[in-house]
Amino acid sequence: MSSLPPTPGQTVGPFFHYALPYDGDNELVPPGSPGSVRLSGLVLDGSGDPVPDALIEIWQPDPAGGVVRAAGSLHRDGHTFTGFGRAATDRAGRYTFSTLRPGSVAPGRAPYFAMAVFARGLLHRLMTRCYLPGPEVADDPFLASLETSRRATLTAREDELGYVFDVRLQGEDETVFLEGRRD
Amino acid sequence: MTTPVKANAHAEMAQEQVNEEIAALSAAYGRSGTLELQPRRDYGPYRSTILRHPTKDPHHADPEGIERWSPVFGERDVDPLEADLTIQAGGGPLGEKMVVTGRVVDAAGRPVRGQLVEIWQANASGRYIHKRDQHPAPIDPNFTGVGRCLTDDDGTYRFTTIKPGPYPWRNHRNAWRPAHIHFSVFGTEFTQRLVTQMYFPGDPLFALDPIYQSIRDPRARERLVAAYDHDVTVPEVSTGYRWDIVLTGSLPTPLEQDEDR
Ligand SMILES: [Fe+2]
Repeated sequence: MSSLPPTPGQTVGPFFHYALPYDGDNELVPPGSPGSVRLSGLVLDGSGDPVPDALIEIWQPDPAGGVVRAAGSLHRDGHTFTGFGRAATDRAGRYTFSTLRPGSVAPGRAPYFAMAVFARGLLHRLMTRCYLPGPEVADDPFLASLETSRRATLTAREDELGYVFDVRLQGEDETVFLEGRRD
Repeated sequence: MTTPVKANAHAEMAQEQVNEEIAALSAAYGRSGTLELQPRRDYGPYRSTILRHPTKDPHHADPEGIERWSPVFGERDVDPLEADLTIQAGGGPLGEKMVVTGRVVDAAGRPVRGQLVEIWQANASGRYIHKRDQHPAPIDPNFTGVGRCLTDDDGTYRFTTIKPGPYPWRNHRNAWRPAHIHFSVFGTEFTQRLVTQMYFPGDPLFALDPIYQSIRDPRARERLVAAYDHDVTVPEVSTGYRWDIVLTGSLPTPLEQDEDR
């Protein structure tokens, strides 16, 4: 079967802030609503400095592990959970989401947020996974395929409001980024 | 924050030096005998990449679970009027009015239906409506440069807009970006998520632009250049460009994908 070559990526650049963010982009559920958790973290460069012009997207199943097929991410109605959110980093390099805990999509698989990372100076988007800390992490076959030290970069830590997950673009503790066979 | 110290260190670097670096990386690619379909994230001539590219190899992983699906967008999300960037204010914007259209397809050429396409661009003078844009070209009060639409059943998107101007940036002394429209696209699975830029044919700035040249394969970077298409013009109203987008993400062969679902 013939296969078309991909359209290459390019950086999101410095001027996306008036185009891609929108009202309620990072609030998959209203903050403080029943079951809501905060997912936040820093995006850091190779010097450990914050990246104030990055954009993070998450895509996740619902708390029962179901794939959400509801529209409405761009104009949230306050009660429909769409599973998709977008957050630009602030001047301190921090992104924040208000969302629900993702469930596990299959037995034996640890639950995670799929995450896309864009930034000025990043020529092609990066993909990663933000796993929830918990007993499933120890047995997940994907996580088991990583070196122990690298595995830790994909697991969020808990705080009083939810989870914290930093994205390190470069360096010793660089986040594990994922690539498929065709990328 | 707008002009980090590290970027300033390069601000006086001449275009000639950037050209030499681009030529050296291009020659190295020619010698490598490999095929690169995407930009190099580690591409020194674009200075801001230096501290922002991963240095460890990416982990090869087959998409699983949620990654094999994409968010759903619908009529609730996008007003059809958002596809016309020339009617967002009281008057029309200055510049060459044009239609930009094309299809979003997967590696097998199958249409990506009903998916979100977002664009943003500078005005005809090369100025963005963005507080960090310091280029002293005029703002056009009748142009925001932001548009959205959903692809139709054939995977087709269609925008009406004006041709953006080239603009200077601070990568090196007297650096200019070729005219471009930023595109953000979703596919049928999240791993196909793509943000890129569409360019115009024959731009004299291509050879000088490290962002465009970061795609080292000449045929691959030409995939970002739209084609003038007289069939998509609107008589007496606008010129027209066609640009198709292929989203492969990390899909295995289409056959495998069908069996898995
Ligand atoms: Fe731009």
